[in-house]
Amino acid sequence: MRPQDDAGALREAEARQQTAQREAEAREAAAAPPPGHAVELRPPSEPVAIPPAQASGGAPLPGAVAPRPAAPAAEPVPAAPAAEPVLIAPAAEPATAAPGGWFSRLKSGLARSTARLTEGVTTLFRKRRLDEAALEELEEMLITADLGVAASARIVEGFRRSRFGKEVTDEEVKAALAEEIAAILAPVAHEMEVDPRRAPHVVLVVGVNGTGKTTTIAKLGRIYRELGLTCGFVAGDTFRAAAVEQLQIWGERTGCQVHAPAKPGADAAGLAFDALRAAKEAGTQVLLVDTAGRLHNKAALMEELRKIIRVLKRQDETAPHSVLLVLDATTGQNALQQVKVFKEMVAVTGLAVTKLDGSAKGGVVVALAQEFGLPVHMVGVGETAQDLRPFTARDFARGLVGLD
Amino acid sequence: MFEALSSKLNGVFDRLRRRGALSESDVQEALREVRVALLEADVALPVVRDLVARVRERAVGQEVIRSVSPAQQVIKIVNDCLVEALGGGEGDDGKRGLDLAAAAPVPLLMVGLQGSGKTTTSGKIALRLKGRDKKKVLLASLDVQRPAAQLQLQQLAERAGVASLPIIPGQTPLEIAARAMDLGRRELYDVVILDTAGRLAIDEALMAEVAAVKAATNPHETLLVVDAMTGQDAVNTARAFQERVGVTGIVMTRVDGDARGGAALSMRAVTGAPIKLLGAGEKLDALEDFHPDRIAGRILGMGDIVSLVERAAETIDRDEAEKMAARMQKGQFNLEDYASQLKQIGKMGSLSGILGMLPGVGKMKAQLEDANLDTTILKRQAAIIGSMTPKERRTPDIIKASRKRRIAAGSGTTVQEVNRLLKQFDDMSAMMKRMSKLGQKGLMRGGLGALLPGSGGRRPF
Repeated sequence: MRPQDDAGALREAEARQQTAQREAEAREAAAAPPPGHAVELRPPSEPVAIPPAQASGGAPLPGAVAPRPAAPAAEPVPAAPAAEPVLIAPAAEPATAAPGGWFSRLKSGLARSTARLTEGVTTLFRKRRLDEAALEELEEMLITADLGVAASARIVEGFRRSRFGKEVTDEEVKAALAEEIAAILAPVAHEMEVDPRRAPHVVLVVGVNGTGKTTTIAKLGRIYRELGLTCGFVAGDTFRAAAVEQLQIWGERTGCQVHAPAKPGADAAGLAFDALRAAKEAGTQVLLVDTAGRLHNKAALMEELRKIIRVLKRQDETAPHSVLLVLDATTGQNALQQVKVFKEMVAVTGLAVTKLDGSAKGGVVVALAQEFGLPVHMVGVGETAQDLRPFTARDFARGLVGLD
Repeated sequence: MFEALSSKLNGVFDRLRRRGALSESDVQEALREVRVALLEADVALPVVRDLVARVRERAVGQEVIRSVSPAQQVIKIVNDCLVEALGGGEGDDGKRGLDLAAAAPVPLLMVGLQGSGKTTTSGKIALRLKGRDKKKVLLASLDVQRPAAQLQLQQLAERAGVASLPIIPGQTPLEIAARAMDLGRRELYDVVILDTAGRLAIDEALMAEVAAVKAATNPHETLLVVDAMTGQDAVNTARAFQERVGVTGIVMTRVDGDARGGAALSMRAVTGAPIKLLGAGEKLDALEDFHPDRIAGRILGMGDIVSLVERAAETIDRDEAEKMAARMQKGQFNLEDYASQLKQIGKMGSLSGILGMLPGVGKMKAQLEDANLDTTILKRQAAIIGSMTPKERRTPDIIKASRKRRIAAGSGTTVQEVNRLLKQFDDMSAMMKRMSKLGQKGLMRGGLGALLPGSGGRRPF
């Protein structure tokens, strides 16, 4: 993440004053459902609480500013009435509401990454008969996008049944391909629901090393803060050098309280236990628990993760309320193994796919959807908080094949 | 990491083996399976195509179909192709590891995507250069992107016992690099490791930045650090870094995971740069050299079974093994037999090493490693038994408190350890008696569960 976020935060504070009216609207929306009945807070027609992407806060390096798609000067979000029974979806900005918003960012991210896939399809299907050879090439292109052999074969099989031998254009193929993929992804596109009434709603964040757990927590923290929730971090990565300090810096930047271990190498479960108690006393609404990255085939480390859960349950039988598995989009077919093991060991409730702004296509998500059906809550398409977005099947699929 | 691919290919070739003679379509099917297995192992498609084409060409050229054991021959061809694709075979100069043949301070530049393991690898390389090569190493983090990244490297440097460049907030990567090289020259460091921020291969600005750092420091080695779990994108990443920065070597991290690691093949093929090192664990000493022939052998799950059989034949006395088996069946197994068993196992080397040579033990191996399989336990137990009198070995029941104290003192262990051994031996002989009672049929029916007393305690193996 780049320091741009900080400017966003300032901007947010400033804009918050201007938007008292919106706040009222939001309150209304939140209050509408029958009390005691949880609903998702759908943002009003306005773009929500997202700090502008091109904040003036400064680029990481002089002369080395990564060009980012312009975002509209979005008005920050109303502080949501935290005490009321609502479920908050992170970053619930409607895709259509903001031109240059999240969708275009996802698109521009994916456009780069799928340039080759698209090119391939384009050259392949310009006025061409969909024959056996063409289907095979299509299958290979899907494989190149990390969909895996099995998922690619299934998708192509659908094509064979419905369109074999027909003259098709590349547009048709792309649209159909996107449809096919979207149909697979649609059932898993759920936002992560967080219930502040639980005070705290505990989110355990797990994953293998280097997928972006800490960064994702920082982004979530900022989003929840912008929604007006009180949010705490638990620096449960007591193993990696300076991981605690990394989260502490994020805590300062986002205004989330950080529960840090007394000394490096401390027991993460003990830390989580104390943090949950402190969060309960303080009435913190969301508690994001970071954990050390671990390879799923290390039984001892996975056991350690289970211990964290056991210990959390001692204080709150329902905790952790969400177990978020963070997956790196560059991961290939091993993602299937990762999800399988983490799901078995710690009952993962949903996925976050990070680094989708790179050249990796994250196609393994399609295979994951078919295999496990776990909800995909969010995707990371950039380094700032507003680049952590809800996962939407249609957009993802269309972005993947290079359609507008 | 290659075990999964091994089992796939084993599956293919098992079928081939059963058939004996191969038809043209058999070869075709085998190649298709090889292709799928490689793709599922995350080898990039262009590389797979190339590899399969080469295998086919050679298979046809050597008239596999009429050869005596066609499956073996196909396996050998695939093996050869894999070795070559990984940088071995003909033209392999046998050079491994880092090239430090340059004027000190030798700059090493670490590049890669976010979260690939650059910083940890930097620490590991520093520890290795300091320990094994007796170099004076300076670590410098140019990562001004991620919070606390420089602190992370500093802490790793402390753990490795090497120097790190003092952190000055607000400096650009170029400034830090210049400062590191300057300090390296003034204080006569042998090697300066420049750890950069993770960057996406398509991030023009950051790629330009790392190219500028490279131009300014002229590193002798530019190492691309890549996660073994990387999928098809390995090709794009490798190509981009090769074009923009120029890569002299590849470090694959997390090979201790269960990813199939096809990325190794892809990146080697795209960059032509050798895979120099493997990161195989979270500890700082978990850095290994890369050997194409060994890895290819593991992919196929073939190579090492030969050496296992060889080693077993060398070390195990056949007659004695048969004698012992007979005694076990009669339930006459005593501590002397146990001791000689321990000795034979010890002669064969580490247990996990032995198991690693078996094809298809991948998963079991991981479990055994987690169970803290430690050959020093075996040695200690042998020492304990060695401190017993022959009478005690034959009839362990006579060993009471004072004998235990003597045995413990004689073997340099504690009474607790002697107790543990006796308990274990007890369990073992109980199990053997049960085994002889059950007989072959009973064993089949009741399964192993019938043999285990209760839930079973911890055993050394």
